[in-house]
Amino acid sequence: MEIILNTLISLSILGVVLAVILYVVAQKFKVVEDPRIDEVEACLPGANCGGCGYPGCRGFAEACVKAETLDGMFCPAGGNEAMKNVAGALGQTATEKEPQIAVVRCNGTLEKRKKTTNYDGPVSCAISNTLYGGDTDCQYGCLGLGDCVDACTFDAIHMDEESGLPIVDEDKCTACGACVKACPKSIIELRNKGKKSRRIYVSCINKDKGADAKRACDAACIGCGKCAKVCAFDAITIENFLAYIDFEKCKLCRKCVAECPTGAILELNFPPRKEAVVEKESETTEIEK
Amino acid sequence: MLKTFPKGGVHPGENKFSAGKPIESIELPKQVYIPVAQHLGAPSEPVVAKGDVVKTGQLIAKSTGFVSANIHSSVSGKVLKIDKVLDTTGYKQTCIVIDVEGDEWIETIDRSAEIKNNIDFSAEEIRSKVAENGIVGLGGATFPTHVKLSIPAGKTCKYLIINAVECEPYLTSDHQLMMEKGEEILIGCKLIQKAIGAEKVIVGIENNKPDAIKHMTELSKKFENIEVNALKVKYPQGGEKQLIKSVTKREVPSGGLPIDVGCVVQNVGTAFAIYEAVIKNKPLFERVVTVTGKSVKNPSNLRARIGTPINMLIEAAGGLPEDTGKIVNGGPMMGKAVSTDKVPVTKGTSGVLIFPESLAERVENYNCIRCGRCVTVCPMGLEPYLIKNMSAVKMYEELKAERALDCMECGSCVYVCPAGVPLLDYIRLGKANLNKILRAKKS
Amino acid sequence: MAINRLTLSMSPHDHGKDSVKKIMFGVVIAMIPALLVSIYYFGFDAIRVNLIAIASCIFFEWLIQKLFLKGKITVVDGSAIVTGMLLAFNVPSNLPWWIIVIGSLVAIGIAKMTFGGLGNNPFNPALVGRVFLLISFPVQMTSWPKVSVLNFAMTDATTGATPLAIVKEGLKNGETFSSIMNNMPHSYTDMFIGQMGGSLGEISAAALILGGLFMLFRKIITWHIPVSIIGTVAIFTGILYGIDPEKFANPLFHILTGGMLLGAIFMATDMVTSPMTHKGMLIFGVGIGVITVLIRVWGAYPEGMSFAILIMNAFVPLINKGFKPARFGEIIKK
Repeated sequence: MEIILNTLISLSILGVVLAVILYVVAQKFKVVEDPRIDEVEACLPGANCGGCGYPGCRGFAEACVKAETLDGMFCPAGGNEAMKNVAGALGQTATEKEPQIAVVRCNGTLEKRKKTTNYDGPVSCAISNTLYGGDTDCQYGCLGLGDCVDACTFDAIHMDEESGLPIVDEDKCTACGACVKACPKSIIELRNKGKKSRRIYVSCINKDKGADAKRACDAACIGCGKCAKVCAFDAITIENFLAYIDFEKCKLCRKCVAECPTGAILELNFPPRKEAVVEKESETTEIEK
Repeated sequence: MLKTFPKGGVHPGENKFSAGKPIESIELPKQVYIPVAQHLGAPSEPVVAKGDVVKTGQLIAKSTGFVSANIHSSVSGKVLKIDKVLDTTGYKQTCIVIDVEGDEWIETIDRSAEIKNNIDFSAEEIRSKVAENGIVGLGGATFPTHVKLSIPAGKTCKYLIINAVECEPYLTSDHQLMMEKGEEILIGCKLIQKAIGAEKVIVGIENNKPDAIKHMTELSKKFENIEVNALKVKYPQGGEKQLIKSVTKREVPSGGLPIDVGCVVQNVGTAFAIYEAVIKNKPLFERVVTVTGKSVKNPSNLRARIGTPINMLIEAAGGLPEDTGKIVNGGPMMGKAVSTDKVPVTKGTSGVLIFPESLAERVENYNCIRCGRCVTVCPMGLEPYLIKNMSAVKMYEELKAERALDCMECGSCVYVCPAGVPLLDYIRLGKANLNKILRAKKS
Repeated sequence: MAINRLTLSMSPHDHGKDSVKKIMFGVVIAMIPALLVSIYYFGFDAIRVNLIAIASCIFFEWLIQKLFLKGKITVVDGSAIVTGMLLAFNVPSNLPWWIIVIGSLVAIGIAKMTFGGLGNNPFNPALVGRVFLLISFPVQMTSWPKVSVLNFAMTDATTGATPLAIVKEGLKNGETFSSIMNNMPHSYTDMFIGQMGGSLGEISAAALILGGLFMLFRKIITWHIPVSIIGTVAIFTGILYGIDPEKFANPLFHILTGGMLLGAIFMATDMVTSPMTHKGMLIFGVGIGVITVLIRVWGAYPEGMSFAILIMNAFVPLINKGFKPARFGEIIKK
């Protein structure tokens, strides 16, 4: 009996003392946090991808709460919907952004771009890039070692074994930009997703002279300028023997795609082309304009 | 007891096949490709245009800053174009391409073979001649020499150390140069000594070259204050900081320069180039290159004009062996593998090393087994395994604390690693990124 | 002539001759003298235990890599053979086969592969296996067969205690060290050549030292760890013996008996689980020495070597952090 009593008393005393200590410590080190931070964080996808430029979703939420307006704040992973919710939670308005997607601007598949040397080193584009221009004659093209794949937190980019190039999964890509930062060759670009996911872009960043570029890779942009000539919207510029399509100006007429002699301009998610359809579509786009 | 540095080091197989082979000049190429970025620092700016006729030794690209160097034509002929050409860096760089016609040198160069022991130049004169003639460190780092000859205010130089160690296996160009041009080199040393006001000149030679040690010791008796030191055979004896430690027992502080401990180190080839530049008015447009390898028919020491494609050198050494698997610009420990045999010789090309296929691929790699050998052999007292891991996971703050920037990339750690871990690949990447971050912070 | 496709890699382009495989097989060679001695004294059983341990270690490593890790199969690197042999060296020769298999499974499966295989394990796998068996099967693990020269007859050999256990028991019962030693069936010479009870591989000091010299010569190990362990034990027990020679065993006895030399030469020097720098290795060795003596003299077990090594294994990351190599260029910079 006595043992039980002693135990009860001593344990109770211990409990009370500890509770007091815990309370004091909790009070002393209390961090006052704006409850809205939690609210905002709840609206975010929680992937901590860093695409917004802040360290993780919590960091972005804190920044949103602190900031006076939501201008320039954007969560690429959550997109417009998440930003609308954030704005709702904070009683502000969010700026809408065109949805974007990562685009790999290299079409130098194993077939079209022959390997000229063997790379013997760790499987890392960044390391290969410190060694030399790459194991083909094109020093701008994809190294194929998959730094972008490792960087992606959404499992949205994968290496294609057949071509040796990364392929972006359209449904999963949130345009957070991690792969853009990871690519030492700056091959990946964020472009507007486009209506019905339809996009046209130059899939090459080779800035060498046409003849050199062609020698290195059959799919290289040779800077011939045919696409720029045929473009009715001034969307294509040629600089350093390289064409670039401004996605803000492009009306997706597809004329340049047919014109390119090396097939460096790619079109995605368009219906299969028939001669007549092309004519019709380009007309309709002109009318729309 | 031979002098040496106390910490770390390895003993790679020497393989000096071309030792004792006299330096031969090779025939002029039909075309030379002279890169405008052959030195550390800002690339030079071309001062010739397509179609210009140039003479051997004529300035073709001007230095664009203090840490930069002039570049001179190595041949006479017509400028074909200024274009991007793949060079030893592994990238396409701006090169001046010249079609060779004859070999007409500019008149100011003294082409006589006579050795002139004339050091009646002021320090300023020596410096300006060195800068004018585009001299850079010929040991491989290609740091513009006139910068090293300008002692910062408030510092004094006690020792001028001439690096004739040639600790890289295979290479013999410095060795042969000493045997053939010993006196010129020592006059060059006196010139450097005058420019920097050093009290004493010490020539450090690794003990695997007894003939050179004997020869240079004999010659040095003609001069005042020049001493020849035999050093223990250990890689990297020729590392700047290791050499200073071996010779003077002084230790360059982390992040510091040799001048912080009153030393200046110059390569022996540079000393010869300085002699030629100051006394013979000859710009740096040719250098001695060792062409060697286990299956090379005729390993040789060749005098080649800057811009000569290396396949011409290889031809002169008996042609490219059939089993070639890798061509390295420089020595086996710190040289850089090149992607074709057409890259041009630059001021920093001390050797062309050809590996057969059987030695081209690196050893199979396993997990790190934490044996600690990389730590034991690191001459800078670093922990390569740790720096590699931190580089791989991008811990840049910690990298800085672990002194990653002290690493001189000598490759001793990779050489001994039993697991074949490519430590240096990661360390280089980590260093490059850390430097980028530090630069961004500064500006 | 068209040139071959060139290979490009970063410098250095030369590599030393040592590899993981060569190191592992070097260790195996170094263990052969001790193995021969064990065969000499324990007969066929020594071969049986070794074969079972090695085979099951290799098998478990292969199985786990194949089934769970699905990575490169690296069984050929020889580390499983070393683990198997070390485990066999650490158990009595009359251990039933299934206990050895369990020990191998614990050593390879729990102590090595769960951490990611060779190079990532914080604790010496063979020792983890041994300690697991010691705690789980204390009776089988401490019934040592008496040594008899070339006993291939496979008769049930009688069992006896190890010298360490005899001394521990005697001292506990109030006997003096000198009287215990007088009744001891083994002389110091016996202990040196291996004529005493104990685990398979630990009995012969001479064979172990021979193996250690081979590894030193091949530069597989450095002198730091063995010397600091043995030195610490000698000094510590020397002091105790100096205080009271009747209550404490003398240093020579401590060094020659039990797993002292096996541990100091083969187990503590395991590269993966020992510190990186020479300074760290010395600290590591001193720690092992001190803990071993503490356990042997005041602990419940007669032998403390394996516990000491495992405890110090846990401190290795801390030691690596605390004992950095002397940096070049640090002395002058204030």
